[in-house]
Amino acid sequence: MNRYTVAVLVRNQYGVLNRVTSMFRRRQFNINALTVSETESTDYSRITVQFDGEETNKQQLINQLYKLPDVCSIRELRGEDSVSCELMLIKMKNDGATREQVFAAANAFGAVTADYAKDSIVFQLVGDQRKIDSFIELMREYTILELCRTGIVSLERGSSTIRKVTNI
Amino acid sequence: MRLSGADIIVRTLIEQGCRVVFGYPGGQIINVYDSLYKYSNEIEHILTAHEQGAAHAADGYARATGRVGVVISTSGPGATNLVTGIATAYLDSVPLVAITGNVSTTQIGYDSFQEIDITGITLPITKHNYFVNHVEQLADTVRDAFALAQSGRPGPVLIDVPKDVQVAMTDYSPAPPALPEERQAAKGVRIFEAAEYINASRKPFIYFGGGMITSGARDEVLALAEKIDAPIGCSMMGISGVPTDHPRFLGMQGMHGHYASSMAMHHADCIIALGVRFNDRVTGNREKFAKNAKIVHIDIDGSELSKTVNEVRGLRADVKLTLDRLLPLIEKTEHPDWQAEIAQLRREEAENADNREGMTPRRVIETLNRHLDADTPVATDVGQHQMWAAQYLNFRNSRRFISSGGLGTMGFGMGGAIGASYGTGQRTVLVTGDGSFGMCLNEMATAVTYNVPLVILIMNNGVLGMVRQWQTLFFDKHYSNTVLDRKTDFVKLAEAFGAKGEAVSDLASLDEALGRAFQSEGPYLIDCAIDKDEFVLPMLPPGGSMDDIIIKVGG
Repeated sequence: MNRYTVAVLVRNQYGVLNRVTSMFRRRQFNINALTVSETESTDYSRITVQFDGEETNKQQLINQLYKLPDVCSIRELRGEDSVSCELMLIKMKNDGATREQVFAAANAFGAVTADYAKDSIVFQLVGDQRKIDSFIELMREYTILELCRTGIVSLERGSSTIRKVTNI
Repeated sequence: MRLSGADIIVRTLIEQGCRVVFGYPGGQIINVYDSLYKYSNEIEHILTAHEQGAAHAADGYARATGRVGVVISTSGPGATNLVTGIATAYLDSVPLVAITGNVSTTQIGYDSFQEIDITGITLPITKHNYFVNHVEQLADTVRDAFALAQSGRPGPVLIDVPKDVQVAMTDYSPAPPALPEERQAAKGVRIFEAAEYINASRKPFIYFGGGMITSGARDEVLALAEKIDAPIGCSMMGISGVPTDHPRFLGMQGMHGHYASSMAMHHADCIIALGVRFNDRVTGNREKFAKNAKIVHIDIDGSELSKTVNEVRGLRADVKLTLDRLLPLIEKTEHPDWQAEIAQLRREEAENADNREGMTPRRVIETLNRHLDADTPVATDVGQHQMWAAQYLNFRNSRRFISSGGLGTMGFGMGGAIGASYGTGQRTVLVTGDGSFGMCLNEMATAVTYNVPLVILIMNNGVLGMVRQWQTLFFDKHYSNTVLDRKTDFVKLAEAFGAKGEAVSDLASLDEALGRAFQSEGPYLIDCAIDKDEFVLPMLPPGGSMDDIIIKVGG
């Protein structure tokens, strides 16, 4: 099993996310993370999908995705050639006994305090997945009330863009 | 010109060259039916007994002609009844446009009466589908659907039109028929690489499927076979692609394919695969499939090119255009050793052939062959009769074998045959079984109403023969729910529908009955009794390789 990140440029129309994710379901790929948003043009949306699978299955999936009329372009994003990050909000119990340690860790990771209440603190952290994973690991020492991650967004390094590999 | 959405649908169909549609009216499509009434001089609507029959008819029309078949139904159950028909077309790459009505946009999402999310339901079985929100988009959506259904690898497209969009008025200006995406030959370097594989081969084998027929590459395939001295085989979808009696043609491949054809492909050192996929029914055990063969695979659908285990040169391109460029690069060769091997395989096939006299499946189909014209379409249902038809029918012209391959839809035949007859204007034969015929025999009513010239040959063995065959071989003869202990009198049934029919139990009377059937107007049913323990042979056991092929059972 390998982990893949694929960016899919699609026509910005209702139902298009369903068409793309349905292809994953049909091949029984489990999606680890998924983000969707409008792009520099309102005509197009960009879906970033991260999933685990085998190379042949991934290739088959990309071939099938290309057959969808709403799909304009697909780019596989490899770690070394791309910039990726995600955002997390994590709500910690605000407890006199551990407050200092929690803040020390948050500072070390560059997390921002997004909310502070009598019983809880919300931190906002942006970074690559490993950084976020490590921070969560550290916070498990204390009491996590809840957390939420956006899933990664990813762009290729350099001037190359997803639209350059298309025939829009 | 200002027209209603319903008028625009019908006008656009006419503008796209569509002269016949199949369907069934209902509350949420009633406006389109009003327009069909208005334009009935320019477009004919065939009312079937059930929407499934209409979908199969549109499919059969498309298979026989290569043109887009069109089916229309109402919302809710009308739309869901199309699902099997759309899936059948999807699996066999048939260009189909399905138009469904739906409740008004203001009612969508409230579980209104006969509301169903048909675009959601058909997502995995269409190339694409549309929900039309605005009447202004309607004409172009229909045009896009026609273009898409025919482009690249053909397939079904569905358009869901809410009632208020059918009623709304807008400007309409006619447009020429939408053209499918232009077909391309493969790149020069790819063709060069393919030529290297083929020129290095000593045991070449040409294997084609439905994509070759879609591409219209018969002449090119036969020219290639001549040049490299290769035998030819095909998938079930390829049947009628080259003349059955062509000296290089070894017949269908696969689970119930011809022995010589399957064996020749198994032993080839180069398989030239044209518009065909390596389906599990053809390869058997993939790990053991044609181990020594390199494969040159030309297919318009790139996603089909990497599905096998062998060394493959995949060319995503049109078969005909690519062969045109490939042929000049191919050296004219002869392979006497390979031909001797093929001749030996043919002898082995002949030695093991079913040469029994009497009412055997082979003799029944051979009797039918004597009545067929070069242009007669033959539709089938699914099961043993379908395999016997595929093995023994004699075809001369392309697009004359109308059969559900990928999905294997029992009940396809009646609709398929009606559509094929409309498409070709020819008397059409349906070879069916008593099981399959039971699934959609309501379309007898359609055939009678429209006086469709059909010869319906039921190979009646009183059992679900294909499942029974598996139960005999792999389930200790536990005939669980495969014995049709029915008392249906098919001749009386035909008469009740208003058709003619007769029952036969020997070959001479079958021959005479066929003579009468081919002279008759309208549908003519022949109930042809065969033994319940007939087998389809050879048989490649599921998951087995060519080494496990079953040629004979019992004595």
